Amino acid sequence: MQPVQVILHEGADVQGFRRAARSLIARRIAPPDVSWTCAQMPELFANDEAEAARPFTLPRAVAELIDQALCHRDPDRYSLAYTLIWRVLHGERAVLEVQSDPLVHRLEVLRKAIGRDLHKMHAFLRFRQLARADGQEQFIAWFEPDHYIVEATAGFFVDRFRGLIWSIFTPVGSLHWDRENLIIGPPGSKADLPESDSFEAGWTQYYESTFNPARLNPDLMRKEMPMKYWRNLPEAKSIARLIEAAPARVEEMIQQEMAVSAKRNPEKAVAEMANQNPQSLEALNRIIAAAEPLVPGATRAVLGEGPIGAIAFVGEQPGDQEDLQGRPFIGPAGQLLDAALEKSGIDRRRVYVTNAVKHFKFEQRGKRRIHQKPTAGEVKHYRWWLMKELTFVKPRLVVALGATAALALTGKAVSIAQARGRTQFEDFPGFITVHPSYLLRLPDEAAKRAAYTAFLADLKQIARLAQAEPAKAAAAE
Amino acid sequence: MDAALVTKLRILADAAKYDASCASSGAPKRSAGKDGLGSTTGAGICHAYTPDGRCVSLLKILLTNFCLFDCAYCINRRSSNVKRARFTVEEVVTLTVEFYKRNYIEGLFLSSGIIRSPDYTMEQMLRVAKALRQDHGFAGYIHLKSIPEANPWLIEQAGLFADRLSINLELPTVASLERLAPEKHAPAIAAAMGQMHERIIEAKAERRRFSPTGQSTQIIVGADETTDGSLLTTTAALYKNFSLRRVYFSAFSPHAEASSALPVKAPPLQRENRLYQADWLLRYYGFSAEEIASGGEDGMLDLEIDPKFAWALKNRDRFPVDVNTADREMLLRVPGLGKRAVDKIIVGRRHTRLRLDDIGRLTTGLKRIRPFLITADHRPVRLTDRLDLRTQITAPQRQMRLF
Repeated sequence: MQPVQVILHEGADVQGFRRAARSLIARRIAPPDVSWTCAQMPELFANDEAEAARPFTLPRAVAELIDQALCHRDPDRYSLAYTLIWRVLHGERAVLEVQSDPLVHRLEVLRKAIGRDLHKMHAFLRFRQLARADGQEQFIAWFEPDHYIVEATAGFFVDRFRGLIWSIFTPVGSLHWDRENLIIGPPGSKADLPESDSFEAGWTQYYESTFNPARLNPDLMRKEMPMKYWRNLPEAKSIARLIEAAPARVEEMIQQEMAVSAKRNPEKAVAEMANQNPQSLEALNRIIAAAEPLVPGATRAVLGEGPIGAIAFVGEQPGDQEDLQGRPFIGPAGQLLDAALEKSGIDRRRVYVTNAVKHFKFEQRGKRRIHQKPTAGEVKHYRWWLMKELTFVKPRLVVALGATAALALTGKAVSIAQARGRTQFEDFPGFITVHPSYLLRLPDEAAKRAAYTAFLADLKQIARLAQAEPAKAAAAE
Repeated sequence: MDAALVTKLRILADAAKYDASCASSGAPKRSAGKDGLGSTTGAGICHAYTPDGRCVSLLKILLTNFCLFDCAYCINRRSSNVKRARFTVEEVVTLTVEFYKRNYIEGLFLSSGIIRSPDYTMEQMLRVAKALRQDHGFAGYIHLKSIPEANPWLIEQAGLFADRLSINLELPTVASLERLAPEKHAPAIAAAMGQMHERIIEAKAERRRFSPTGQSTQIIVGADETTDGSLLTTTAALYKNFSLRRVYFSAFSPHAEASSALPVKAPPLQRENRLYQADWLLRYYGFSAEEIASGGEDGMLDLEIDPKFAWALKNRDRFPVDVNTADREMLLRVPGLGKRAVDKIIVGRRHTRLRLDDIGRLTTGLKRIRPFLITADHRPVRLTDRLDLRTQITAPQRQMRLF
């Protein structure tokens, strides 16, 4: 029987191969009875018939192997791929699991070569900037891949250089990206490349400087960066010189006499290093204000406010209003605290208020920003700042409002119901009570009233305790 | 690029080249936003190789090589007479972005000498990373060498922008650190690694971004008297205690400004290579540090043959291994069989009885493997009877980096 002739496009004609394979399988033509050839302009292979042929399904791994292997220049690639399909459809669906099978092995070798070719193109392609009259940045590259991988490589370059305008020319095709659309074009030539680039010299200098002559190993270099790539790599022009000069440079290093330090010992500066912690509340606040929220979203860090040597109230974290206005305890919970303080005989202007966590964490729901509780890890992150803040603020008494503040101040999870009342936070006399927002959230009116009364009782006790504590700032003077 | 910037680049790349790590792998897959720049593929890319055979993946530079510390093994210690330079934050950002646009690099590996204070220095490095991410929409790889003496909030902030944070152990024992790096404190380094580990775990549990590819470290080989066995024990402990992603060994290189406290001789490259191989055995092949060390003599690895082969020669009674029945653990111990080949064997033998030719297609070094394997059509002479095995196999051996 005369073999069936299939003529496909030059290059990786994946579409043509699929059409042909569908038709051949439909006609039950076995692999030995097909001959595969390539031409510049093939006659469309039995097109109507192929369209009519029923598509078949392949395991995903088989389809992927074939797609990659077809990029190879090996003239047997179509025949190997069709043989694999034939075997998969004739009782060997798991054939890829036998990687030692000669056919599977051969296709895997092709795939590996394509993988390497793609990888080397991603690695060794170099762009040059094209000077444009309109001041827009545009980049051009010339690369010579071993196989038909230009299309296969497009996704990588688009993902990476999405914001730039660029073209890549190769002997087998070209890619053009204008920040929105990709065009696959005809082959180019090295002449498409701009003559120079203002960063190439700097890059070459970097390449030379990062080389360590004491570790010379050119064989290993050539294995990973074969010489065929060198003609398109600007830095490769330095290689011969670097290799030649290496032994002398090492000898020089070893022979050089021990240099005696020309510098005096910078004792003062070394001693000064130990004093790196912020030395004032202002310095600390500058750091906090400049820091990034641990969870993205907050407008700003909300810093503590109030006099030194007073009672310090520590809340959980700024809320929506606090975040917008940049001041602590001004939202609904803050207003409730203000009212309660007044009722308990504590002058609101003479207390210090701050939060365990300095940034607002929320979940956006439509236009509303819904408060989210900070995690233990986040609280821990802010703890260093809070404890530093307290050493500058020198409070007579530190009041933890709610569980998050108690966690921050004690370093461990605390049940408010159990720990409520007097305590000690490291060096500071402390007190644990509820957060005013807890009172706002209670649904039942009676429960709300009872909780408020208990909160007022706590505040009165806090006032008495603070009276009894000597003012630290004053005592220090 | 103007000449002054090029000069700085030369000085500060030269100063950074003794750090072995250049890996850009393992980052979560990212691609550039609409006007952004950069992507990570997960695998890492080496954009060039220098004649030392080492990969150039990241722009590996110091922010400055001025330093207040006086570590004997370091070319940038304060008592060295090297040329000094200092980049501005903007200069590092420009170099990274412009090199990246030309496809020279995968990203930035920034380290620094300590100027003014550890906190101040760390803050400058942080500013670089922040500007790249926020002002340039940079989605490429960023590795920051963090400074263990800096305050914890700075490390936290750095972790928001960096793909990897690392702290160099440099010297494997407390005694060496005290002698050669007077400003460093071993307990402080261990504590910083511990904290970093905790933060990474915590952030993962709470689904926050923090140094997503974890931490790595570097240990210098040959600057002190530590044995390979003790280096590997330290390494195994680092993997176990801090879940480090990678421990890099760097052969101590003589440099023009060597300190009198250190040996002046060629770097022990073969030793570094054997430790590199041993490190893979620790991480992926189920070997313990003690087992690997037992392949050599007096705690030092055999320089002539790779550590897996050395171990096999001292445990001949455990071979040959039947490729069609042996369990995975034992197959991984066969010299010349890599992890991937073992995976293929285990899947393949469910469908077919493997023969020697099959193994030849799954690996590259059949000759090396033959004496250790039984296949459907091959049974070697008992190893205990083969006294010449070592010479037979080592004779034409080339130096390989990977197995």
